[in-house]
Amino acid sequence: MSPKTLYDKIWDAHVVSEDSDGTCLLYIDRHLVHEVTSPQAFEGLRMAGRKVRAPEKTIAVPDHNVPTTLGRENPDQMPEDSRIQVAALDTNAKEFGIHYYPVTDVRQGIVHIVGPEQGWTLPGMTVVCGDSHTATHGAFGALAHGIGTSEVEHVLATQTLIQKKSKNMKVEITGKLRPGVTAKDITLAVIGATGTAGGTGYVIEYCGEAIRDLSMEGRMTVCNMAIEGGARAGLIAPDETTYEYVKGRPHAPKGAQWEAAMDWWKTLYTDEGAHFDKVVTLKGEEIEPVVTWGTSPEDVLPISAVVPAPESFKGGKVEAAKRALDYMGLTPGQKLTDIKIDTVFIGSCTNGRIEDLRAAAKIVEGKKIAINRAMVVPGSGLVRAQAEEEGLDKIFIDAGFEWRMAGCSMCLAMNPDQLSEGERCASTSNRNFEGRQGYKGRTHLVSPAMAAAAALTGHLTDVRELMTENA
Amino acid sequence: MEKFEKLAGIAAPMPLVNIDTDMIIPKVFLKTIKRSGLGVNLFDEMRYDRQGNEIPDFVLNQPQYRDAEILVAGDNFGCGSSREHAPWALKDFGIKSVISTSFADIFYNNCFKNGILPIVLPQEAVDVLMKDAEKGSNARMIVDLENQTVSTSEGESFAFEIDPFKKHCLMEGLDDIGLSLEKAPAIDAFEAQASQARPWV
Repeated sequence: MSPKTLYDKIWDAHVVSEDSDGTCLLYIDRHLVHEVTSPQAFEGLRMAGRKVRAPEKTIAVPDHNVPTTLGRENPDQMPEDSRIQVAALDTNAKEFGIHYYPVTDVRQGIVHIVGPEQGWTLPGMTVVCGDSHTATHGAFGALAHGIGTSEVEHVLATQTLIQKKSKNMKVEITGKLRPGVTAKDITLAVIGATGTAGGTGYVIEYCGEAIRDLSMEGRMTVCNMAIEGGARAGLIAPDETTYEYVKGRPHAPKGAQWEAAMDWWKTLYTDEGAHFDKVVTLKGEEIEPVVTWGTSPEDVLPISAVVPAPESFKGGKVEAAKRALDYMGLTPGQKLTDIKIDTVFIGSCTNGRIEDLRAAAKIVEGKKIAINRAMVVPGSGLVRAQAEEEGLDKIFIDAGFEWRMAGCSMCLAMNPDQLSEGERCASTSNRNFEGRQGYKGRTHLVSPAMAAAAALTGHLTDVRELMTENA
Repeated sequence: MEKFEKLAGIAAPMPLVNIDTDMIIPKVFLKTIKRSGLGVNLFDEMRYDRQGNEIPDFVLNQPQYRDAEILVAGDNFGCGSSREHAPWALKDFGIKSVISTSFADIFYNNCFKNGILPIVLPQEAVDVLMKDAEKGSNARMIVDLENQTVSTSEGESFAFEIDPFKKHCLMEGLDDIGLSLEKAPAIDAFEAQASQARPWV
């Protein structure tokens, strides 16, 4: 038998049928649903008189619209259109009998944080959601990707997707990361190297010592942004770190089933000699803490760099860079560390987990913020509770941060957490697109530690300088 | 779904690279529970000022492009969020085909579910089509799905590749949920086998 990649193995285990042209019906093990991209899909089912084929494999949670302020269970806190969307999810979850974590449930949070936390996401699964950051779940060695609303409806009705296989891409991060460099820096550095379309048509497998050394949470951060590199999905082969994270979670297998699952999971790795269509290698020790300067996640530079000149790019990127600098209010040659920040946002499906909050709290502890607004939005109610148990909430509040309830919040600003025109934010989220965090808002993507550092100094800052101070 | 017929229409040039789905339809318009009515907000933040007045420079506000049915766009069109509101807004505006050197994967798939044909062509071909689109409403571009060609107003023609199944569904206006449900016995069989092999799922 010819050697297979991890992607090949998961794919092969889920093919329901294959047509002569290679079009497959792929079985979906987990379908995650949120309020924004699902109402039209449920409505479609209703109109056609169809049912949800596998409600026990379908999990819904409101996250995009929900306010993150206390007392949010009061519907008056939401504008009417948001309230209608959340109410529609409530109704649809009940009517179609799917698992549901309402806003009043402590387990509510960002769908990509809730799935792994509750043990819904397991190695070797196929996982989809009407959300591009479904790539997050690839950290478990699950084939996970975002889909549109029509495909949400397709999965609800058939528990399958019509798919053609993508190509295999290997992204290897060799060696060790240096202090102050995190999973976020890895994933941004990869996009900086490959571009936002570098992964188009591929499923990426991340590997190498620096990836193996990451915790599950770090691995989720890396895979989360695979989509920002254009890839259909990102994968990391499961190992002891994965099994340890999964074991004991509410929906993880138990007893004999656990043993059976482990037997299969241990076969989920890329065979020696398996073919990759594209290989990218970065040296872990060469990655620095990075920031984005523009309006595309590929606009990545080490914090020690300066704002680039548009002429340094080629083709259509020259005009795009001009537009980006104008939008961002930056001048070529300006030191990135001289860029003043108005706001800091720590949260999102990229960096809203407990380790992210710990990393930020470590920088912030005993200090005060030098900016007007800094927010911490835990990724789930359980992350929030865990942080409070560890006293992180107090560290943040004492430093001047707002301590919020769980949700997507300012990552995409569908709820009231938004930037105003011209407001500049160091953000741990995943997209720096024009208008993403609010109309004419300006976003610099960074790691949680770098966001914390910017909050303390009031400008983009190399977190390693603050770490030396602490030492 | 409406069948995709041969299209002869006005093409609007949007040479900017990495046009993301947040640009195509900003999140404030995602709070709808319907698929229709989004055309008026297509490219909202590029198209209108804060007071809701049209920005005259923006291509779709120019008189010659108001009835555009084709977009010729820069690389990596439709990157970012999976929101199907992006093709819904394009469709509602009247765009039936988008031409670029590359598309983001999810957006590309979403187009086919809504009767929009995304066409991938090499840079040189897109450059020629972009120039043709810049001529305005006198220049009708022709998209021929059956023969897989795009032709400029001057008759220069470029062949494009498309997945045969996607082409078939678009030409016939097929509902792929209906098609997949015809395979219910295969899905049943898969589930029976998988529940033995991986009972923990």
